[in-house]
Formats: sequence, C-alpha cells, structure tokens
Amino acid sequence: MLLEQDFQGFSFDLFLRNQQLLRRWSNESKERIENVLAKPPRKTGTTIAGVLFAGGVVLGADTRATEGNVVADKNCSKIHYIASNIYCCGAGTAADTEATTQLIASQMELHRQAVDRDLVPVAAAMTRLKHYLFRYQGYISAALVLGGVDELNGPSLYTVYPHGSVDQLPYVSMGSGSLAAMAVFEARWHEALTEEEAKCLVYEAISAGIENDLGSGSNVDLCVVKNGGRAVDYLRGYAKENVRVYRKPTGHVFARGTTAVLAQELRKYVQVTRVVSDL
Amino acid sequence: MSHPDPGFVSMSFDSDTQRKIVSHQRTWSPYVDNGGTVLALAGRDYAIVAADTRLSVGFSIPSRNFTKIVQLTDQAVLASAGMGADRQYLHKILRSRLEIYRYQHQKEMSLGAIAQLLSNTLYSRRFFPIYAFNVLGGIDANTGEGFVFGYDAIGSFEKVKVVCSGSGQTLVQPVLDQQLAGRQKYDVPDDQRMASLSLAEAIELTRDVFNSAAERDILTGDALELYAVTASGVRCERFELRRD
Repeated sequence: MLLEQDFQGFSFDLFLRNQQLLRRWSNESKERIENVLAKPPRKTGTTIAGVLFAGGVVLGADTRATEGNVVADKNCSKIHYIASNIYCCGAGTAADTEATTQLIASQMELHRQAVDRDLVPVAAAMTRLKHYLFRYQGYISAALVLGGVDELNGPSLYTVYPHGSVDQLPYVSMGSGSLAAMAVFEARWHEALTEEEAKCLVYEAISAGIENDLGSGSNVDLCVVKNGGRAVDYLRGYAKENVRVYRKPTGHVFARGTTAVLAQELRKYVQVTRVVSDL
Repeated sequence: MSHPDPGFVSMSFDSDTQRKIVSHQRTWSPYVDNGGTVLALAGRDYAIVAADTRLSVGFSIPSRNFTKIVQLTDQAVLASAGMGADRQYLHKILRSRLEIYRYQHQKEMSLGAIAQLLSNTLYSRRFFPIYAFNVLGGIDANTGEGFVFGYDAIGSFEKVKVVCSGSGQTLVQPVLDQQLAGRQKYDVPDDQRMASLSLAEAIELTRDVFNSAAERDILTGDALELYAVTASGVRCERFELRRD
C-alpha cells in the first residue's frame, strides 16, 4: 500500500480506518460510532507510598476512587493483602490492581505451602508481579507499591510499574499524587527513622497527595509490617480529616404528594395457582 | 491483492490528500476548562449568586481562592464558570461598559439591560467564543423582585428563577429543580410550583448543595463565595468547603 512506503515517523492509519468506518456507518448512531472509534482509557487518581524503617515497613494510601471528574467511592481500600507478611498498595485501574494482587496473593499462598515455610520472601511476590505485568506489556494498568518483611532480606520495599519494571528504594510513592508525596519524602526523610516517625512521614506524604492532587482524597490508610513479618498493624482510616463541612440543619423535606400518583389500581388479593405439568 | 470486504480496499491517497491528513493532526486548542460550579437563584425580594473558589488545571489546583463572581451594580451580580482567563476578560469588559453607561446616563444600568448587554457581548464573539458559562442574578429596581438569567457561551439566555452551571451542574441542578422549581409537582399549576424560601433558607440550601457538589465533583471545593442581593444592597459571605 502506498501509505506504508511514503510515511515516516507517526502513523495515522487509524485516522484512515476511522474515515472508512464513518463512511460505512453513516446510518449508525453517533454514540455507537464514538464508542467504537475513540474509547477513552480509564484513569484513576491515587496517592500511595511506602517507607522502610529499622524494624519493618510502612505502607500508605488515600481512599478516593474516581471515574473521570466524579468521585465514585469516598472510602475505598487500596492496601491489598498479598501474604501474612506482605501487603501491596495499588494505583491505576481499580479492577486491574485488585485482580492482580488477588492472583499473586493466591500464588504466594500456594508457594508457601509448596516450600513448607511460615513466610514467603517479598522478592518472590515482586518477581511474580513483574513477570505478570511485563507479559501484558503495560495493558494491565497496575502501578504498585509492594512492602513486607521476610527472613531472607528483612524489611523490603519495591515499586512495580505497569510495564513490569521494578525499583527497590527506602522510600517510594506512586499514582497521580506521587509528586506531592515524594516532595514530602525528599524534604523530611532520613536514615534511622523510628516506627512512629515512619508512620508520621507516610501520613504526611499521603496527606500532601490528598490536599494537592484532585485524583486523591478523603482518608489516609496505613499498614505497618514489622517483627520479622509476624506482626501487622492494618490501620484502616488512620486519619479522617476530609469530611463534609456543612449540612442543611433541617435536611431535605419531601412533602407528601411530591411524587404524583398518576394511576392507581387496588386489588384485595391475588390468587396464586400452581400448575404441575405431567411432562 | 483483494480484500474480502470492498470497504477496506481503496486505502491509497494522492499526495494532496496525504498532506491534508497530516495537517489535520496539528490542532490549535486555545480553551482550558478550569472547573468549578456557579449558581444563581431568585426569591420574592432577593437573589443569590454563588460560586466555589477553586481554580483547577487537570489534576492540579493552581489556586484555592480565585473568585468567579463580579458585582456589576448594586442590583446585579454575575458569576461565570469555564475558563479563568476568559472569565476575567469578560468581567473586565462588562465593568468598563457599565462605567461608561454611568457617565453617559447618570444612572445604573437595569438588570434586564445588563442581561441583554451580556448576551450581545457573548454573541459578538460568535465564531471565537468566550469560554465562560454565566449566571446573572439581581433584583428588579422597580418591583424589588429577584430574577436570574442563565447563558450559554455564545449569548443564548433565559430568564429563570434558579440556574446552575459548571462542573457541578449535573449534580446540583436536579436538586434545585426538585427543591425550588417544583418540577415533580404534576398536579400544581405552573405559576404555583416555585417554593417561596426566605433569604436565610435559600442561603442554607445553597451552602448545602455546594457541600454536596464538593463531596462528589473533584473540581469543586475549597471555599464558597455567596452574594445576596436585596433592596438594601449586596452582601458577600464566604464559607469553607472541603479541600481534598
């Protein structure tokens, strides 16, 4: 075809395809055509973060879920269970982060039973996650902060990107609020954080995302994994600072008859007859 | 090589058509939606014009205290949603037009005249519109009765009792229709549907719907500016909204 020879750089053949389809579908409804031609990718805003401290790891997340400009869930849970010593924060498409973390959680439990140990290494979960996401070439929109404690490496903290790359760092953030959260980390993080200092720092980082990123909002959830992976503090609703400021004192009163009765049919009783077929 | 479906066969274009296709990709987009919600409602002897003060671009908040409202006279207040720059420009030219009117006629322009002036101003830019969605509220200088006007971006307008525009419009307008305009009252004559709220009740309702909008619309929040227009003048109040 001529186009393949002459064009360099960007390819606009989807534009040509769309023109062809539009001509062919001149009788179709506008909505149907737009649905097929330009289905927008779904993006969900989030702030998630994690910090290592001497005895463990602190994970944090906001609790807002959005569909476009509308808040779909004001108190959703973004810190997912992977194993008794491993938790994982998810940003991106909600269905992808949930399905992915559930799948890996299941694999980690099978792995734990196969090797007959109490705890699985965090690196095992990280490796499974990155292989799984890499296989889907970024089409699974899951940006993850993975944290936990194991016997092999002690406290571990990773970020796993949707395309399957991994970072291992002492403090990390992800999601649309990651810049706000990382700004706090870069200003306040230091080596030798205590557990309480680490919790405070993650709380401040998630709060920065909640305040300054429109995709993030509502409450702060924290999760602390410590004690060699044998103790977990899952602090759902660690901070609930964003609440409705005002409500009309009298409420909204709906007078009787607000919804008009347009038609009425009264029946004293209905007789139910059961018919049993011979077949 | 032939394709089984004839609709996909003729995919070759002459060089002129190809140039058109390429030039089609370079678009100029001078408009930005800076979000936010504006509202105006009228009562027997007052009008309320209200707006949130958040200015957003994408997922960022450049300003938490950016007014969307301008007081045009002692009887008329205007609020505009849409693009921040176009809003400031529109408010500036309207204020200067009203100032000239004051010098030329030695009086304030009436609410109805301001409504028409705004429409003309918007329509004068029919083919390069000002990206602002206006609600104008005020009281009739003669009768003292409150009225509001709702606009589209190019000057079509309607005199109503309650109107809302901007990013929270789809959340707020149905509530106002039910609570104020009585749209569910099928067996009531048209002229008796409007609920008659006192000014204090109307302010309560306005604060309530803005708090509701801030709960579910990510572009609405930070603070509520509320202008109450009565025969004794214009009063401005400010209330905090959630900031996340």
